[in-house]
Amino acid sequence: MIEVDKRRTKLEYAKVATSKTWMTVTKADLGNTLFDEVGLNKREAKDFVELFFEKIRSSLEHGFAVKLSGFGSFTLRNKTSRPGRNPKTGEAVVISARRVVTFRSSQKLKKNVIDNSFELTQKLGRKR
Amino acid sequence: MSDSHENQLKQPTLTKSELVVYLTSEQPQLSETDVELAVNSILEHMATALANGERIEIRGFGSMTLHYRPPRVGRNPKTDEKVDVPEKYVPHFNPGANLRKRVNSVNPA
Repeated sequence: MIEVDKRRTKLEYAKVATSKTWMTVTKADLGNTLFDEVGLNKREAKDFVELFFEKIRSSLEHGFAVKLSGFGSFTLRNKTSRPGRNPKTGEAVVISARRVVTFRSSQKLKKNVIDNSFELTQKLGRKR
Repeated sequence: MSDSHENQLKQPTLTKSELVVYLTSEQPQLSETDVELAVNSILEHMATALANGERIEIRGFGSMTLHYRPPRVGRNPKTDEKVDVPEKYVPHFNPGANLRKRVNSVNPA
């Protein structure tokens, strides 16, 4: 038992620690939902999930914001260049101008999360 | 900050219904009703997961988690009255490397 633990890498420990508090939803889970709830076959479900996220990605890439009512919206922001620092070396560098994606959750999603905050603090603790 | 706000106002938008139309055209074997059902069921699954303290990780897209916000004393900006804002969690999206890179490759609409 101890032998096995010794061989674990830091990354594996981190994974164990996260999986304790955070269950993770993946594309496979979403595909299974489509299989169960919509009756798509496994192949269709997998393709659908892939296409769904690819369309959102390519829209953002081409300068479109994506609004998914009831869930939230992904918008684009243009950032001007600003001075920064390499956190490893402390060296001053210029962070170039860039376009980034931000997410704003809908009132509905925000409310659902806030309404459940008591249970969430029990489950996840109060870490920032 | 102010210029990015203007940017946002000018931004063309893809809505959920447009997404449904597009996905239907790409998946002709599915009816538009089925596609709509599928889109809603993906979003519903993700929203429920977040509200229950699960995280979402979509390779090549990004991940969504909750961030903790400690309780604080806020102020009603109209009446200047103090209000206790209780602790809470808020959804947070972290774009994946692939999305970050594609969005930043200069490619305006």
